[in-house]
Formats: sequence, structure tokens, C-alpha cells
Amino acid sequence: MSKAKLMQGNEACVEGAIAAGMRFFAGYPITPSTEIAELSAENLPKVGGKFIQMEDEIASMGAVIGASLTGLKAMTATSGPGFSLKQENIGFASLNEVPCVVVNVQRGGPSTGLPTLPAQGEVMQARWGTHGDHPIIVISPSSVKETYEFAIRAFNLSEKYRVPCILLMDEVIAHMRERVELPDPSEIEIVNRKKPDASIEKYNPCEDYDGDGIPPMASFGDGIPFHVTGLIHDKTGFPSTKPEVTQNLIDRLMGKIENNLEDIIDYEEVLTEDAETVIVTFGSVARSALRAINLLREEGIKVGMIRLKTIWPFPEKVIQETSQRAKNIIVPEMNYGQLIDVVKAAADSKCNIVGLNKYVGELITPEEVMAKVKEVINRA
Amino acid sequence: MTQQRMEFRLSGSGGQGLILAGIILAEAAILDGKNAVQSQSYGPEARGGASRAEVIISDEDIDYPKVSKPEVLLTLTEEALKKYSVDLEEDCTIILDSSIENKDFLNKGKIIDIPILKTAKEKIGKTIVANIIALGALVAATKVVSKEAIEKAVLARVPKGTEELNRKALYAGFELVEE
Repeated sequence: MSKAKLMQGNEACVEGAIAAGMRFFAGYPITPSTEIAELSAENLPKVGGKFIQMEDEIASMGAVIGASLTGLKAMTATSGPGFSLKQENIGFASLNEVPCVVVNVQRGGPSTGLPTLPAQGEVMQARWGTHGDHPIIVISPSSVKETYEFAIRAFNLSEKYRVPCILLMDEVIAHMRERVELPDPSEIEIVNRKKPDASIEKYNPCEDYDGDGIPPMASFGDGIPFHVTGLIHDKTGFPSTKPEVTQNLIDRLMGKIENNLEDIIDYEEVLTEDAETVIVTFGSVARSALRAINLLREEGIKVGMIRLKTIWPFPEKVIQETSQRAKNIIVPEMNYGQLIDVVKAAADSKCNIVGLNKYVGELITPEEVMAKVKEVINRA
Repeated sequence: MTQQRMEFRLSGSGGQGLILAGIILAEAAILDGKNAVQSQSYGPEARGGASRAEVIISDEDIDYPKVSKPEVLLTLTEEALKKYSVDLEEDCTIILDSSIENKDFLNKGKIIDIPILKTAKEKIGKTIVANIIALGALVAATKVVSKEAIEKAVLARVPKGTEELNRKALYAGFELVEE
């Protein structure tokens, strides 16, 4: 019997999160992410989890951090304006290595913007929205099925590396319903955070005991006391302003990502081997690009796609290699041009890099991608 | 019917249940082993006025998830007909409620003009099931999903205790086209 069913993107996000072990959600509902809060409220109590609707987005992020410090897998979901409000606490989670998942369903911005319409305006905010040098992982699904899978992956990466993971969705993927076949729970790989040995005599919460840059994490309530602060701190968890302590901490935090790029970075290549023009894109726009590629290939135009599943850390290597081979790279995105700057920075200077930007609250269409590809080819 | 990709638009006024009808159609397609994507318009237009649900059904993977040239338009109101008939495929099928008076501007496609709202009110006795009658008519006219699948999908979605009413409505929809 097939377990195929019709599922909405936001619903798949909640299903995936619960399958990954989410047992706490705090949020302040906002379109187009609202169904994530609604369904978490409905489904978490069934698995012994807790849902809290907080007074605002800032408090929601704080509650998620608190829950995670007690050992629970915790998530919040929001959209642009709420994502802005959560930024300071995301920085707190990043510095204190508190695993958590933040879903941001992108809608048109800036400010209240276009509440019900799609955009991809938070490519840069997802990476640099909070101040200071900090590690963060950002992954972006292109289908309902991937939303389910990426919700699980977001928790796994977050738990493994003890970093906040941003699940960067957009309104199109969040609200559409699509056929999904959910895997058997036994087939799902679940990663849990590393914990200190219960018999430990003196626990230093920020000490790199294993040499992998990831300290084991005790839970509040376990009986192993530890200190958590937004100040720069040493291995004991208490504040320090010493240059060498600061450098060690920041280097270790950034190293958790930089030393594990192969594990974290994920992308899909479509017909890139012989492609003279390669489309680099992500999220719902990749669906339009795929249609365009299929139609252009029928006309004999050699075009392919690199679809980013991980946006941050940015997959520089594949972009660099591709740019040495392809004549053109086109970057369609539902914003004024964000990802394209990172692509340009990574690419060979001889490659022609062109944006396709739409920021009117509508998904880029296959026809628009096709027109841009033809324009670029004909100009060359 | 096997088809690579078929696009449907179900439209009417907000509250007529056409988004639910779209979801049920997509679920029926999945029961038949096909792929389906359903989307709807949000925003001011979703409240009252003209509203629409869109469904894509295909035997293959569905890449672009939005409807761009509907092959089938179902519409229950004149406002929706005007608004949502501008980008239809050349050889489309347009299923119209007979209460729509101004339809002379339609210049393409096969028009199926049937009394959906009247059937709901007079034959079934509940205007609320107009969406299910419409769904029955759409399936009978296009054969995009099997009757077994659509019946199963309808019964799985409607509130408990209303199964018989909705089954009757669905069959009434089949009859409107097949008579």
C-alpha cells in the first residue's frame, strides 16, 4: 500500500520536525508560516510535547532557547518581520551553541511588505541578520517532500554542530499542497546532541573535550550546573575579555562550520556536464528553472542547474568549478539581487554572471527564465 | 485518461468551497496513483469576491507548481468567469453554472453549461454542497480521475454525518454532465 498523500508545505514542516524529535514549539503566528504554529499546537501534545504561543517573536525565540537548554528539541516559525525580531536571540543561541531550528517562510518585504505573497528576500539576513561573527546553517527546500526531509535535517545539523539552523522556506512551497510519500519512521536518521558523561566531576560547558570543536551539552535539570551568558566566555562558561579567549572561542565556533563543509553542504546538479549556461537557484524558483531547462533542452539549448539545498555555508567550490566550465551563470531569485553577489564572489572572473530578479510578490515563471537564458546566449 | 500535465482552475466566490474542492480533486488524483499539486490565491481576493483554487495533475513529476494555461476552468459566478478566463488554453473545457448570464465573450473551448447551484438548492436541498456537485461534473466531463477515487476522496474530507448528503451531491454532479 502506498503511503502517498497530499500535504501542504507547512504541514510537512511540522511532520518532519516531530519525526526528528521536536518536542517544543514557541511562536507568534504570522502569515505565511501560520499553519506551522497551528499544526504544532495540534500535534505536539499527542507526542508529549509542548506548544506555547508567546507574546511576540522575541519571546518565542527566547522560549525556544530555554527549552533547548533543558534538553528538548525546539523550533519556532515565522516570516520576515518576525525573523527580524528574532535576530538578537538567534545570536545568543549561536554564541551559546544552543541547538534550535528557526523556520522563516519568506514573504514580500521590507517591513510588513506583502504578507501573503512569496519572496526570497532573506538570503542575506538568514546569514548575517544577527550582529557579530557567528556560525549558522541555512537550508532551503524546493518541494513539500523536501520540506519534510529538510525539517529533519535542520534538527540533525543543529543538534550535531550545536548551531541554530534556519529552514528558509518561501510562501509558494509553504502553501502549496503536493503528493508526498513519508518514509517509515525506522528509516529516518536522527541525530541527538552529544551529552557529557554523567559521572563527570567538573563540567566545563564550553570545553572542547573531544577535539572536534563541539563541547558536550548538559541539560538544565540534569544535576550538572553550568553557566550561560551572551558575553564572550571561556571554557567554564563565565565571561572573559581576554584576546586569546575571545579568539579561541570565535575560531572554534566558526570552525564547527568551516571544518565540516562536506557534511553540511548539499546541492543538486541538473544537466550541468555539457551546459554552457548554468542556472544557480534555490527554493520554489528552482521549480520554474527546471521547467525552463526541460523546455530549452528540447530546443537544443545546453542549459543546466545547480540547485542549492544548503545556502549557508555557501557552496563556493561547485560554483567555482562550474564557472570555469560554463560560459554563463544565471541567478534567478525573488529579490533585488542577493545570492548573485555570493555567486560572483565565488566564480571565475571570465564567466558571465547575470541576475534575473523579480520582487513583485509573484513566482518567477519558466517563461521568464527561458527568455533570460535566450537573451544571455544571444548577447554573447 | 493519460496526460502528461493537465491544469485545472476551480473558481467562484469566496465561501463556495472551491478550495476544498481543489484539495479533494488533488487527493483523488493521488488515490489514482498520479501526481498532483494544489495551490490557491491568498490575499484580499481570497475574502469574498472571486476566489480560485488551482490543481495540476500529471502522470509524471510536476516541476513548475503553478497553473499558467488552464485546460479546464470551472466557475460558479460571473465575476470569477470574467477574472479567470483570460489565460485559458485554446482547446479548453469551461464548466459554467447556468446562473451566469454574460458569457458571450468566451471565444474558445468547449462550454458545458449546467445548473450546479440550482441542483444544490432544489434537488439536494443544501446550497453548501454546490462545490461537490461541481466536482462531480468536472470529473464526469474530464475523466481526469476515476469515479471511485473522487468518491473516496470526497468522503474522506467531508464532516462526519454528511457522507450521504455529499455522495448524493457528487452523483448529481455526474448526472448533470452525463444526461
